[in-house]
Amino acid sequence: MMLEVRHISAGYGKVQVLHDLSLGVKAGEILCLLGRNGAGKTTLLKTIMGLVRARSGEILLEGVPLNDLPAYKVPRQGVGYIPQGRRLFAELTVAENLQVGLMTRGQGDEVLEHVLTMFPRLRERMDQRAETLSGGEQQMLATARALCLRPRVLLLDEPTEGLQPSMIAMIRAAVVELRAQGVAIILVEQRVEAVLEVADRVIFIENGRNALEATPDDLRANESLVHRYVGV
Amino acid sequence: MEFGPHLILAILEGLVQASVLTLTALGLSLVFGVMRVVNVAHGEFFMLGAVFAYGVANSIGGAPVVGFVAALIVAPLLVGVLAAAADWLILRRLDHDPERTIVATIGMLYVIQQITLMTYGPDAHPVTPPFNQRIAIPWFEFTDKGLEFYFPWGLSTTSYKLFVVAAAIVAGLGVWLLMARSRLGLILRATQLDRETALAFGIPVQRVYALTFGFGAALAALGAVLVVPIQQAHYLMGGDPLLLSFIVVIIGGLGSLRGTVLAAILIGMSNGIISVFFSPTLAKILATLLVAMVLVYRPQGLFGKKPA
Ligand SMILES: Nc1ncnc2c1ncn2[C@@H]1O[C@H](COP(=O)(O)OP(=O)(O)OP(=O)(O)O)[C@@H](O)[C@H]1O
Ligand SMILES: [Mg+2]
Repeated sequence: MMLEVRHISAGYGKVQVLHDLSLGVKAGEILCLLGRNGAGKTTLLKTIMGLVRARSGEILLEGVPLNDLPAYKVPRQGVGYIPQGRRLFAELTVAENLQVGLMTRGQGDEVLEHVLTMFPRLRERMDQRAETLSGGEQQMLATARALCLRPRVLLLDEPTEGLQPSMIAMIRAAVVELRAQGVAIILVEQRVEAVLEVADRVIFIENGRNALEATPDDLRANESLVHRYVGV
Repeated sequence: MEFGPHLILAILEGLVQASVLTLTALGLSLVFGVMRVVNVAHGEFFMLGAVFAYGVANSIGGAPVVGFVAALIVAPLLVGVLAAAADWLILRRLDHDPERTIVATIGMLYVIQQITLMTYGPDAHPVTPPFNQRIAIPWFEFTDKGLEFYFPWGLSTTSYKLFVVAAAIVAGLGVWLLMARSRLGLILRATQLDRETALAFGIPVQRVYALTFGFGAALAALGAVLVVPIQQAHYLMGGDPLLLSFIVVIIGGLGSLRGTVLAAILIGMSNGIISVFFSPTLAKILATLLVAMVLVYRPQGLFGKKPA
């Protein structure tokens, strides 16, 4: 396993959100997380990033524990994060947002060049402030920013939220390309069809607990599973 | 003195005040902007800058220039390190919570003030200016022979005061370059915009905060070193700079450095001019009234943008 989450409990203040949750993702694999609103998907990704502290359990990156590190050292180990709602540095330019990503692990211009070939629309807008980009462009920037640190593991939290189909296809193509490059990917999604197209494995989360693990084929064969855990 | 020359004199006074205030307020604004911490002890870091300047200049001896230059480097550095340590030891433990840090910095204010009183004492001490030539300023008059220039009695400034203005401009440009053009500036701005995402991109936010707090205090100290050859160093001298910096930061728009500079020039100049023509008290009353008006009618500050 590239990234392994073992028996994690975590939460905010007195509220415990994650209960004894475990999962793992291999290099070159896309693991999709499905679950209802409030199930704890974002909290899980934040816990992996060290932004929410795990109260018990372990998070291992190629066998090395991450959860003892201060949060800022987690991305430096090669964990890229595309937060829900994008969380761009709104008043910084496109170039500056990407620069922050490059700084994380001291990447240089070749990496920037590579990322910009994946998202050519950003190249034309390097001096534009992030907040003035369209929704689709913002998602490209959030993705590009995370790729600037050359992640071994990439965490994507609902990257297609509010995007039109052509944009979704573009993000999906990027994710599939990264899988081919051997990146371990955890993708949180609401849209089940989107998940079925790219996922290698799917884990359902219910009330912060592991509820079910399945393959896309299982889900296609048995749609009632999806109904039960995501309620669509 | 006639009105014209008097006004020139007042403007010069205002310029000197605006210069020192710009540096001091920039420090406060930076700390609030990046950390969301209201640093009530900011004036005490200013005072410490002046007191350290006196200490350094006095212990070095020799030509006043040597002592002054040493003070200009050592005092802000020392104050910066002290403030960064205070952040690391105190504010960090409060998780930089906006409310609890107000109480903590009030505590810091009294501790710094009392320790200074116990060690430095209650007296005011001057620092000898490194140079202080009187520069007479010409004025003009229309006579039957046409335009004539002359030097009115009392219309003069000193080379040191002009130096203060120049030094503040250089330091202000330095801050701007640092924030807008440097890697560190990018890190500070990213942290200011989104602390959590900054962390998720490898920015050590706690250290950035300690650095920012230290840097903000050092800017106040720098302003104090510049002013201490004009005003003396005294353990209670931090009150005015604190009040004026707050006024400036509110008028300029919280967290906006450009607004802070513009407001510091506005408040410093008007403060200087009103003080010369009327009284320093009236100047402060008017500035405080202006703050009240800004808070009521334009809470985002005169130069801040409207919140979305
Ligand atoms: N900062 C916070 N403080 C307190 N509670 C929080 C915080 N963030 C999230 N929660 C709570 O934790 C629970 C899980 O939230 P989380 O954002 O992880 O859900 P999610 O599965 O990502 O949902 P969604 O699909 O709506 O994004 C929710 O009940 C939420 O109210
Ligand atoms: Mg979520």
